[in-house]
Amino acid sequence: MKPRLHLTRWTVPAALCVVLCGALHGGPSRAAESDAARIRELEQSFRCLVCQNETLADSSADLAADLRGKIAEQVANGATDAQVRDYMVRRYGDFVLYNPPFKPLTWLLWLGPFLLLCAGALVLARVVARRRAMRPPQLSADERRRADALLNRTSEDCGP
Amino acid sequence: MKRFLLPLAVFAVLSAFLAAALSHDPRRLPSALIGQPAPAFDLPQLQPDGPRLSNADLKGQVWLLNVWASWCVSCRDEHALLVEFARRGVAPLYGLNYKDEPDAAREWISRSGNPYVASIVDGNGQVGIDYGVYGVPETFVIDKHGVVRYRHAGPLTAAALDTRIVPLVRRLQSEQVR
Amino acid sequence: MIPEIGHFALIVALALALVNGVLPIVGAARGWTHWMRVAWPVARAQFVVVAIAFGCLAASFLGNDFSVLYVASHSNSMLPPVYRVTAVWGGHEGSLLLWTLLLTLWMAAVSVLSRQLPRAMVARVLGVMSWIAAGFLLFMLFTSNPFARLLPPAVDGRDLNPLLQDPGMVSHPPILYMGYVGFAVAFAFAIAALLSGELNAAWARWSRPWTTAAWIFLTLGIMLGSGWAYYELGWGGWWFWDPVENASFMPWLAGTALIHSLAVTEKRGAFRSWTVLLAICTFSLSLLGTFLVRSGVITSVHSFAADPARGIFILAFLSIVAGGALLLFAWRAPKIGLGGGFDPVSRESLLLSNNVLLMVAAASVLLGTLYPLFLDVLGLGKISIGPPYFDSIFVPLMTPAVFLMGIGPIARWKSARLPELAVRLRWAGAASVVAALALPWVVGGWKPLVGLGILLAAWCVSASAVALWERIAQQQGPLAARFSRLPSAFCGMLLAHVGIGVFIVGVTFVKGYETERDVRLEPGESLTEGGYAFRFTGTREIDGPNYRAARATVEVSRDGRTVAVLHPEKRLFIVQQTPMTEAAIDRGVFRDLYVAMGEQVGAGNAWTMRVHIKPFVNWIWAGCLLMALGGALAACDRRYRLVPRKRRAAVPAPVSVSAPASVSLTVPRSPRGAAPAPGTATREAGTGSEAGEAGR
Repeated sequence: MKPRLHLTRWTVPAALCVVLCGALHGGPSRAAESDAARIRELEQSFRCLVCQNETLADSSADLAADLRGKIAEQVANGATDAQVRDYMVRRYGDFVLYNPPFKPLTWLLWLGPFLLLCAGALVLARVVARRRAMRPPQLSADERRRADALLNRTSEDCGP
Repeated sequence: MKRFLLPLAVFAVLSAFLAAALSHDPRRLPSALIGQPAPAFDLPQLQPDGPRLSNADLKGQVWLLNVWASWCVSCRDEHALLVEFARRGVAPLYGLNYKDEPDAAREWISRSGNPYVASIVDGNGQVGIDYGVYGVPETFVIDKHGVVRYRHAGPLTAAALDTRIVPLVRRLQSEQVR
Repeated sequence: MIPEIGHFALIVALALALVNGVLPIVGAARGWTHWMRVAWPVARAQFVVVAIAFGCLAASFLGNDFSVLYVASHSNSMLPPVYRVTAVWGGHEGSLLLWTLLLTLWMAAVSVLSRQLPRAMVARVLGVMSWIAAGFLLFMLFTSNPFARLLPPAVDGRDLNPLLQDPGMVSHPPILYMGYVGFAVAFAFAIAALLSGELNAAWARWSRPWTTAAWIFLTLGIMLGSGWAYYELGWGGWWFWDPVENASFMPWLAGTALIHSLAVTEKRGAFRSWTVLLAICTFSLSLLGTFLVRSGVITSVHSFAADPARGIFILAFLSIVAGGALLLFAWRAPKIGLGGGFDPVSRESLLLSNNVLLMVAAASVLLGTLYPLFLDVLGLGKISIGPPYFDSIFVPLMTPAVFLMGIGPIARWKSARLPELAVRLRWAGAASVVAALALPWVVGGWKPLVGLGILLAAWCVSASAVALWERIAQQQGPLAARFSRLPSAFCGMLLAHVGIGVFIVGVTFVKGYETERDVRLEPGESLTEGGYAFRFTGTREIDGPNYRAARATVEVSRDGRTVAVLHPEKRLFIVQQTPMTEAAIDRGVFRDLYVAMGEQVGAGNAWTMRVHIKPFVNWIWAGCLLMALGGALAACDRRYRLVPRKRRAAVPAPVSVSAPASVSLTVPRSPRGAAPAPGTATREAGTGSEAGEAGR
């Protein structure tokens, strides 16, 4: 028996470690990337304002080409991602960012799903508690014998 | 049992928002520069041999900046209105010639009439980017302190001019310069 | 003449729909059999008449009748015939007609395939669906008439959008709409149940195959849309969390919750009011999607041209349908009562958790899609919400759902014990951890998110394998016989869950290891990427039926051996003068090589090109296919088909649920009171597999 339990005991923590690693590293990779990759990622994080359904990276609009040039220029001059984003937002507003910033206006947006999950968990807990209360009462051994006698059956005939 | 009304309540709120949204245009973008100092520029004029123009030169007055180009088809829709506006002399109108060929621009202006006190040449579109221009034409209202107060995207309409821009300009003009 | 026939057909269809909306429902309420009997033939008549209208529109397209405004806007004499037919649903009016046609198709199917259902219930279902059809017909006739004339007629049409001139257009919209509209059946069943006050496990059994069928179509429809976008749009992406994509994904999430909730209602009589609410929500989300796409409140590459009048109409329709349904729900649901009790750890609670997670995910997607609209309406500015937001919200929500998906199939109904479940799943867990640690190394180096993805995917597959193994081990006899005795619903469930695992593998590896390069190539130049050499040898001018193209040749080799010769194209469509890039893809099981042309640069024949290597991308769609197949297996389970025979054999039906006369609220208040009745019904009407399912 023992070896089996050991496997169970270690599987869950191991799995949790993998999960935690994944969760903590969620979002864009923070490892150092080449300039080209950074530029590409930045371009993909902005909305093209002319063809509003494309990223700056994919759009064929003139303005998009101009802005791509500006981004490349800034990265070459050593600007950080935050500085490039700030440059764009100062001119075009938050609309240009595909990743909405976390500020009071968007608290509900970012925290909403988490709040919904909590609400869902509460509902779940309440339903489970209510259903659990509906389970038939467990009979004591005495009561079971009386019931069986009344039903004209011995307890060996019934399953658990 | 009131909890069974909850889905209906949520839906009612949602519908109200959707109904209100029907009168909004999702593509229209408010300017991020409203209330900010107008971005600086220092550019040559369209008119040959004209002096360079910078925004510092325009401080102390309420003025309009109209982004235009000879290749812009929608600009034709508003041109007559601009000429009329310039004739009324409400406020000086300056043009930002955006990513255009100076010759073609001059030719178009002389053909269609020049409503601008002066037009500055933004050949590479850099000033346009600084102003958050995302389409042509656009019109900005800038006050005496050099702060952007209004931006109209797209061709001007008589309604927009009369109900919003002109009253705003008059109100700004009556402000004291600090 | 033909457009006028079509127009007239729509008016006739409206009349039929109004008749069929009133008579059967009133008849069911009063027990008037002759009024109820109207439902079946009139439903089929509606389908025939709408099909005639559709045929007229298709004929107008095929015949290049440019005196019809819709045809002139979306077709052209140079358009190949197959695309002239698909252009029928290329615009707003025609796609509405397709919607209505498919709705009447589902109605006709319900009228034909529901002989074992109680008459009153089917009458109500057809009645409700007729009201929905009436709404769409009114919409078309008043604001979006596909047969409106253009006089004087155009000399030639404006051509179909080049992006839509593609085989994907043949399959994606019809199949997607089959899914959207199919959930109207589940909705109608729910409304019928609320109207009659009878809501028990038998009702769940009857609506299950229909709901599953709609879910299958929606799954396939979304898959086709994603696959089409992948090869058509040229940027190698397959999901953009675009508002219209979300509009199809939300009903899918709710529909998945619904099919699982129906399982509980059928097996245990529990979650009844929750299931009804889910059915209403799923179809309401379908309608909401229709609204978002056609009203102009959001910008999307998919939106049809917007018109405020249309937006108002659809919103009013949505409010009446969803609002009315929710009002009915608020009024009748309290009387539905609860089902059986269950323990905190049991299959019921696991399925309830699955439901909660799926609905929270759907609500989050809705929040993200509509939040910019909320802010704009409140005058608080404009923001954009794109893939970064949705990705970071969706993955944490789905991770626990996928984890629970492994446990559900082996947990017992009513009561299960956590330590026992853990022991039974220990090997699955171990295998998953090993796979999560090892596989990423093999494919391209270990990354935490990839590890998480593989952990979940391996868990799906291995937990399903455990469930299969246990089931087989429980039986007697030779192996082949044991397999053949497995109920197809059980196999379908496992296949669908494995499909999710396959899907996750595809998504994880693509997002983790895909590469993309933008280069400028002269003829003769090569680019090396991911071990492959891409050699651009030049372009050739070719003429298509309604376009001109520059066709490039790119030779792909690996270790000196030619792997593929790709021919991406840059097309210029003559009528609309729009350029379009047609990517060339070398598909493989373990990777796709994707080349798309950009712009011609300079005076010579140099071109900018985008080259992608996409590992395991086809597993995304393979996973969706497996899900759909699993659904099909589940919907074909014998117990849905053997009911009529068994019922005839049974002693006069003890189950009174089909009593057409009374509409009394037969569901008692006592929590367990309802459980025995459906239990009796299913045991008598069910098949031998019912006994085998007791252990499920």
